[in-house]
Amino acid sequence: MLELAIGIILGACALGAGMAMIAGIGPGIGEGNAVAKACEAIGRQPESKGSVTTTMLMGCAIAETTGLYALVIAILLIFLAPGRFVDILMNTIGG
Amino acid sequence: MQMKKERDLRFRVLDVLFLLMTVLPFVFGLVLKILTKPASNGIEIAGAQIYFTIPMPMQDFPITESQVNSWIVLVAVFGLCLYFTHGIRAGVETTRQLAAEWVVEKTQNMVRTNMGEDKYFGGFPPFIAAIMALSAFSSLITLLGLYPPTSDMNVVAGWAIIVFVLITYYKMKCGPLHYAASFCDPPLLAPLNIIGEVATPVSMAFRHYGNIISGSVISVLVAAALQGLSKMALSWLPGFLSDIPIFQIGLPAILSIYFDVFSGCLQAFIFAMLTMLYVSNGFAVDDYEKLKLKKAAKREAAAQTK
Repeated sequence: MLELAIGIILGACALGAGMAMIAGIGPGIGEGNAVAKACEAIGRQPESKGSVTTTMLMGCAIAETTGLYALVIAILLIFLAPGRFVDILMNTIGG
Repeated sequence: MQMKKERDLRFRVLDVLFLLMTVLPFVFGLVLKILTKPASNGIEIAGAQIYFTIPMPMQDFPITESQVNSWIVLVAVFGLCLYFTHGIRAGVETTRQLAAEWVVEKTQNMVRTNMGEDKYFGGFPPFIAAIMALSAFSSLITLLGLYPPTSDMNVVAGWAIIVFVLITYYKMKCGPLHYAASFCDPPLLAPLNIIGEVATPVSMAFRHYGNIISGSVISVLVAAALQGLSKMALSWLPGFLSDIPIFQIGLPAILSIYFDVFSGCLQAFIFAMLTMLYVSNGFAVDDYEKLKLKKAAKREAAAQTK
């Protein structure tokens, strides 16, 4: 029974980490749009390449943030959460 | 003649000392890593290793790899700066001096274009250059095989908190009342504004940390996959021939160029850029000047009544 419970915890943590990374879709689309527009802008005004590239990189960094939140959650779920959850389970059973 | 030679010798000795100050910390870090790293079968994802803990009344204070490595980077960058500025003189064009001037000029230009004229933010270029150098070198330290301090959340969060204090200081310059009023711009949205204010350092720390750690996790996963692939492909060979890492040649290096070199430098640039933008946006120049004028008028009126 205990094995089953721990197995469910581990499996749910892995599933949760995978599902958290669905958030990677958003930044992907957003950054793609940003780079596409930057390319258009450079094509229209090649002399403004430097400032367009800098602004685009900044915008990409901001757009990336949501994806990185998801990444941090996924990392926590994989490396930290299983141990804590199993501890909680053990404490509940013992106490 | 004798005196000039003596001075020349002293200059050389100091030069070598500064170079040693740059290189020796890295050697120290490598030796420390080789001596203390527990044996493992090659590929794994691990956090910072704890060297020892100092017992403290509230909670034990662990000295980890990331702390030691960030001190290594600090000392090395300090040595590099001393080396570059050693024997700097007006009107002399040595390669070293030109390189130092290039760095200073670029940083000053960047600060000027992003934060406006030198009137209020004239003292910022050294700070921005320090942040950039620290962040870039901390990420590039992976190229030596050392643990990068930037892939530890705590280190980057510390930097983000420093930047947050700076932002708050500049927002407070117009007085605490002005600071409090800036949250209630539309009065109903005050809670959201406060959350947004707190989210600034969190997002800065997560951005830097997430970019570096994601790069290292992907590199490790690819390396592990290639190891498995080459073992599978060569398993029919006898003896040591089956251990040749044939697929691991090339691809990890290309990934490392992107994830370690490009991403590390880009994150340093973005961290510095965001610092500048947040600080210059947080400072209300018009209100500050108005306040200054008002104070000056008051002082004058007080002086006249006397």
